[in-house]
Amino acid sequence: MTTFFALTVLGLVLGCVYALTATGIVVTYTTSGVFNFAHGATGMLAAFVYWQLTVAWHWPVALGLFTVLFILAPLFGAVVERVLIRPLYGRSADAPLVATLGLLIFLIGISYTIWSPTTYRKLPLFFGGKLLDLGAINVSYHQITIVVVTLIVGLGLRSMFSRTRVGIGMRAVVDDRDLAALYGAAPARVSQLSWALGSGLAALAGVLLAPLVTLDVLSLTLLIINAFAAALAGRLKNLNITIAAAIGLQLIVVYAGQYLPTTQRVREALPSIPMLFLFGVVVLTRQDRLKVSGVHAAAVPGIPSLRRSWVAAVAFSLGAVLVGSQLGGSDLSNATVGLATAIILLSLVLLLGFGGQISLCQLTFVGLGALVMGHVGQTNTLLGVFAAALVTGAVGILIALPTLRLQGLYLALATLAFAQAMDDAVFGHVFGANNSLKVPRIQIPGLDTTSDHGFFNLSAVTFALAAVALMALRRSKYGRRLTALNDSAAACVTLGIDVNRGKLAVFGASAALAGVGGAFYGGSHTAVSSNDFVLLSSLALVLLLLVGGRNMATGALLSAMSFAVLFPQLKTWLDGVPGTDQLPYLLTGVAVVIVARTSNGLAGELSHLAEIAREHRPRTFLAVVAADPR
Amino acid sequence: MTAVLEVDDLNVVFGGVQAVDAVSFTAEAGQVTGLIGPNGAGKTTTFNVITGLQKPTSGAVRLNGADVTGLAPVKRARLGMARTFQRLEVFGTLSALDNVLVATESHRDLTRSKADPRRTAHDLLSRVGLEHVAGERADRLPTGLARLLELARALATEPRLLLLDEPGSGLGHQESEALGTLLVELAAEGMAVLLVEHDVDLVMRVCSHLTVLDFGRPLAHGTPAEIQQNPAVQQAYLGVEVSA
Repeated sequence: MTTFFALTVLGLVLGCVYALTATGIVVTYTTSGVFNFAHGATGMLAAFVYWQLTVAWHWPVALGLFTVLFILAPLFGAVVERVLIRPLYGRSADAPLVATLGLLIFLIGISYTIWSPTTYRKLPLFFGGKLLDLGAINVSYHQITIVVVTLIVGLGLRSMFSRTRVGIGMRAVVDDRDLAALYGAAPARVSQLSWALGSGLAALAGVLLAPLVTLDVLSLTLLIINAFAAALAGRLKNLNITIAAAIGLQLIVVYAGQYLPTTQRVREALPSIPMLFLFGVVVLTRQDRLKVSGVHAAAVPGIPSLRRSWVAAVAFSLGAVLVGSQLGGSDLSNATVGLATAIILLSLVLLLGFGGQISLCQLTFVGLGALVMGHVGQTNTLLGVFAAALVTGAVGILIALPTLRLQGLYLALATLAFAQAMDDAVFGHVFGANNSLKVPRIQIPGLDTTSDHGFFNLSAVTFALAAVALMALRRSKYGRRLTALNDSAAACVTLGIDVNRGKLAVFGASAALAGVGGAFYGGSHTAVSSNDFVLLSSLALVLLLLVGGRNMATGALLSAMSFAVLFPQLKTWLDGVPGTDQLPYLLTGVAVVIVARTSNGLAGELSHLAEIAREHRPRTFLAVVAADPR
Repeated sequence: MTAVLEVDDLNVVFGGVQAVDAVSFTAEAGQVTGLIGPNGAGKTTTFNVITGLQKPTSGAVRLNGADVTGLAPVKRARLGMARTFQRLEVFGTLSALDNVLVATESHRDLTRSKADPRRTAHDLLSRVGLEHVAGERADRLPTGLARLLELARALATEPRLLLLDEPGSGLGHQESEALGTLLVELAAEGMAVLLVEHDVDLVMRVCSHLTVLDFGRPLAHGTPAEIQQNPAVQQAYLGVEVSA
């Protein structure tokens, strides 16, 4: 019985932290319509700032708390709303999603830059960790604080939304932003206020949670992802259900850890409970019907003719082989990893660019591909690649089946849950005894494809072929249908086109291509571990592609090469310059903020400039660029 | 002979608002049937229910005598229903030709017909008078032309029931005349055409029967001549229209 009480207290306390976090997400979402993926990172950042003030600079706890919770965090939220979110109002529904994912990556980067991850930091419990003796068990004042604060916040938010003018204004803005403006509700100010409030709640959760765990950038950020499940259970608007779900879920997690049979398998699966719950909730959430939404003017680059694609592919392959022959050592291996990454990104071009579907679990497919290649490929490497494509394609379709009705945010959350569940429960155990699995390189009889140069050449040619295949697909009947689905699913169904089949096919094909990319990725490193395929890298990958250009093979190549070649090179150049370790994170974050406002990323901008250049004489080119509103 | 489309005692309630209130009418093959009424009368909602994009609160939709009320939109389309949208739903990033091509290709796959989808798409574009913009991206077309493009795309499925949601708005006088002629032709080929339209001249010219809706309720049924004489209609709809 004592154990049960202790567990209940533990579950209740953690549940309250998640409840605080989740209410912050809900408050921001209901008033600004934006799901803040960076919510957890905001809490993490607040915990670090609080540590800096009270531990490193010895500020009194009360002053530190006041500064973080009531000044810095709200200010941060308000600034984020003004700089990042407000300019995106009225743009595509995916733009804020992309922007907050970029913010997430950026915050992780900046935190690592300021607080070196090699230093151990610990926040003390509130009230010096003093305990209250409840007979059977002891409860710390810190734990009591958490529960009391959650109660106060829950009740406070409730009365704010139902009683005060500001709260009612917030609800009005959600219902109809433009209408609320007509009645003088100042949607921009209300939305900014809600971001300040949401950010404050994130900070509160971060500061309360951090002393219970170690102060670590990634684990704090990821822990808070568990709160997503609770927020979704309340359908992103009901605070009562959200709080109840957060606490209930944590109680289930701690009870399950204690009372379920402790076989190896069960223990391995336990950490994935919140994510499986999130997946289930998202899939079961009632979705909007097909939207009859009118036509969005989206700039999509022209599709090159098949002939031009082939010419480009051959030229690229020859050029790559030529450049590759001059490379050696780490440059060559970085470039090979870059090509494998480019193949992986092509799978996202297919899914995101052509299919208009988002996936935050693409690296999970890559990991599966590498895994299959590592096992099947030991006997026959070509069979291994084939099996990698087949297995990941099948898993992709399995994931797509329950998520068929989902779009945008909900699809992003479902795939995020899948990726994190695989991270939590599966990938840690399947990559061999030391979490390192040897992955063979592809052997083609009669060709040198396994030496470092040979494999580089094979990767380059494979990328080129895959890019041509993608462009051919885009020009085909299926490509047209895919674009049509993307432009208006409602119109497609009224023409008798099966939307679901199209979605399944593109998800499966994209996963299969990611699996092939995984086989190449594994080959480029010769061994892989679970760390290669974590959720955050999947996020970074998606963002990179958006920066590069989601519709184009050149976008995939640009992104992959900057990721695998340029960033390590930058690191070498800037070696010793303080604060540049996390440059890739920072650059990606900043780039995403910019790119959220364009449709086709860098490659799109480049081809746009090239078009202008082609249409005008070189002499006037600069003048035109200067005059172009984009 | 049963009507191609029978709408039977349709009700749609949004929250507390009765958007469609006990609406019944039919559309016969070989005729253009009009569904008219002021803005907010429930015309587009009725279209959405007929095509399956909106579930009715109660009531039935029958296509060629078979109840399709529970069927998914895609199934209804395959049974011979096609529509255009009031707020355009063209495939914006595709060319005008490709918009129609998507539909002809899909239709060929479903029916295994021998016709060349590209040829058919060109023919349909010229039929609605859009051959000259075949290569233009659909989201760059002026509204009137985009509506015609949706019409061509809908025709690609060789529908037995064609639902047109304000196809005439955004068209000039001459284009509107041509559209009217085309609609009469389509009906003569055996199609049942259901037309929602604010252009009174067009409606009176092409429709054999009209149903007038007002605040979701059916106000009157009849031939154009009867409707024009109907005092309730004159007050609720035509009167407003004339004075405006």
